[in-house]
Amino acid sequence: MAKKVLVLGEARSGELRNVTFEAIAAAKDISNGGEVVGALLGDNVTELGNELITYGADRVVVANNDKLKDYTPDGYSQAFMQVIEKENPDAIVMGHTSIGKDLSPKIAAKLEAGVISDAIAVEADGDDVVFVRPIYSGKAFEKQRLKEGTLIATIRPNNIKALEKDESRSGDVSELDVEIKDLRTIVKEIVRKTTTGVDLSEANIIVAGGRGVKSAEGFETLQELADVLGAAVGASRGACDAGYCDYSLQIGQTGKVVTPDLYIACGISGAIQHLAGMSNSKVIVAINKDPEANIFNVADYGIVGDLFEVVPLLTEEFKKIL
Amino acid sequence: MNIYVIMKRTFDTEEKIDIKDGVVVDDGAEYIINPYDEYAIEEAIQKRDEFGGEVTVVTVGDEDAEKELRTALAMGADKAVLINSEDLDETDQYTTSVILAKYFEDKEYDLILAGNVSVDKSTGQVGPRLAELLGINCVTTITKLDIDGENVTIERDVEGDVETVETKLPVLVTAQQGLNEPRYPSLPGIMKAKKKPLEEIDLDDLDLDEEDVEAKTETIERYLPPEKQAGKILEGEIPDQVKELVELLRSEAKVI
Ligand SMILES: Cc1cc2nc3c(=O)[nH]c(=O)nc-3n(C[C@H](O)[C@H](O)[C@H](O)COP(=O)(O)OP(=O)(O)OC[C@H]3O[C@@H](n4cnc5c(N)ncnc54)[C@H](O)[C@@H]3O)c2cc1C
Repeated sequence: MAKKVLVLGEARSGELRNVTFEAIAAAKDISNGGEVVGALLGDNVTELGNELITYGADRVVVANNDKLKDYTPDGYSQAFMQVIEKENPDAIVMGHTSIGKDLSPKIAAKLEAGVISDAIAVEADGDDVVFVRPIYSGKAFEKQRLKEGTLIATIRPNNIKALEKDESRSGDVSELDVEIKDLRTIVKEIVRKTTTGVDLSEANIIVAGGRGVKSAEGFETLQELADVLGAAVGASRGACDAGYCDYSLQIGQTGKVVTPDLYIACGISGAIQHLAGMSNSKVIVAINKDPEANIFNVADYGIVGDLFEVVPLLTEEFKKIL
Repeated sequence: MNIYVIMKRTFDTEEKIDIKDGVVVDDGAEYIINPYDEYAIEEAIQKRDEFGGEVTVVTVGDEDAEKELRTALAMGADKAVLINSEDLDETDQYTTSVILAKYFEDKEYDLILAGNVSVDKSTGQVGPRLAELLGINCVTTITKLDIDGENVTIERDVEGDVETVETKLPVLVTAQQGLNEPRYPSLPGIMKAKKKPLEEIDLDDLDLDEEDVEAKTETIERYLPPEKQAGKILEGEIPDQVKELVELLRSEAKVI
């Protein structure tokens, strides 16, 4: 049976996030030849609608409202529910992002629906749709499917491949008037702490540092390498606890779970909680002065040495070719 | 202030995961309070100490969860409630949130705290679902909580950025790392915990049937990631190793 799948698009600094295009690809698989409808919420986001179409959406519904400028749980859930009521979809897909994580359970509770969260793959065989998701922060995986009702899925950024952008596609972008009542929670201020433009959970390359980096200044050495590679900087809990960097950079069982193409671990011992968050990266490089460090057991390539010698040399070497 | 914490017991983060016949083997596994729930419990205790009132820790699970509830009491919570769901076959976040909503139906609460995610299933669903079912405000991934009368000011982690939000009691919040430093239970705390009330109830007590809470999703398979092959440790002078590494990343691994 062809299904109608609604995708919540997400923009940041005026640009659609990659995870939105990945969600459209997932929605296509779920739809079984049905319709993929993009939804955009914001204060003035109609002009982004067409890009959803070029990435595979069949049409787009846009809700513009002053109260949707920043994400608020009340504003977004009220607006999104009005889109859902109008469209009556069989399935809803969003990114497993801050917004997706906050919004999906609220929508699910309203619809009495099941949620499959943080999916990294969709395996669709006609109507049978199975999702793969990590459990124990990547120490294992499970396959889940919906038993009944509306399906809500959130997908982890950077795992499902977006469709090729196709400028020749066209589709209807329509606006929906939404009414937003009281906001019980309001945003007073947002302080941007993420230094580089590269988001940890969406980065293709991550340069991560541990307690071996020894100081906040030490992390600047890593940042220089990251800048050359267009990479994001991450950290072990050891480094965060020691105050060398912010907890938002922490990777591991109680931090972010990442799966970049390349993970460069510098001065990280490889505790099981850290490995949980990064061991499914495609290629892992370890730089550690202790040849017995556990990180070498998951590394594809290892250099036994002082990171303060190795990392600057690496930066120089990459500069030559990039 | 009436403060509740919803808590889950999880595998110790030190545990390796082993799977037999599609099920995670838990023979002899160490369990702990979900680390994010520890932040929630700590914050609850601090708020009680500031404003007075009581902290009740609630879990949905089996009898073994008594151990983690006692730990929460030893940290300083006043009461514990175990909602025994042993009889249910398959449960999901729908199940747990409906059970909890029913439990809270006749309770008075100003503040409910939860972890923002559990380190086993990592869905992050139960807290916000519960808030929605109760019709109260909900703020997720919080790193700072200030309460002044009815008014609540919260800092929350939004993918690394810090967002300051204002809301009102009653509110359900979910804890992110950085909220506080959870205390270890003290010896006197452990002794006192033995005498604190730990109530056990089941679905019957909540007037719930199995059908009312039937899971919406099902797990059909669990498996381990492929073993990682031990890789190549480079040799020679460091500058040569660095050159070799860059070359390998380019031509062999093809990630640059
Ligand atoms: C409940 C719980 C949850 C946790 N969650 C996480 C999590 O999410 N993420 C996480 O990372 N950890 C987590 N941990 C902590 C984890 O157990 C480890 O303590 C932590 O990962 C260690 O960090 P580290 O590798 O940076 O430090 P260390 O273990 O101290 O290792 C430092 C490494 O740096 C090397 N080194 C030192 N100097 C140099 C140099 N000049 N050049 C090269 N190498 C050098 C050393 O040889 C050593 O291997 C958790 C722990 C608990 C109990």
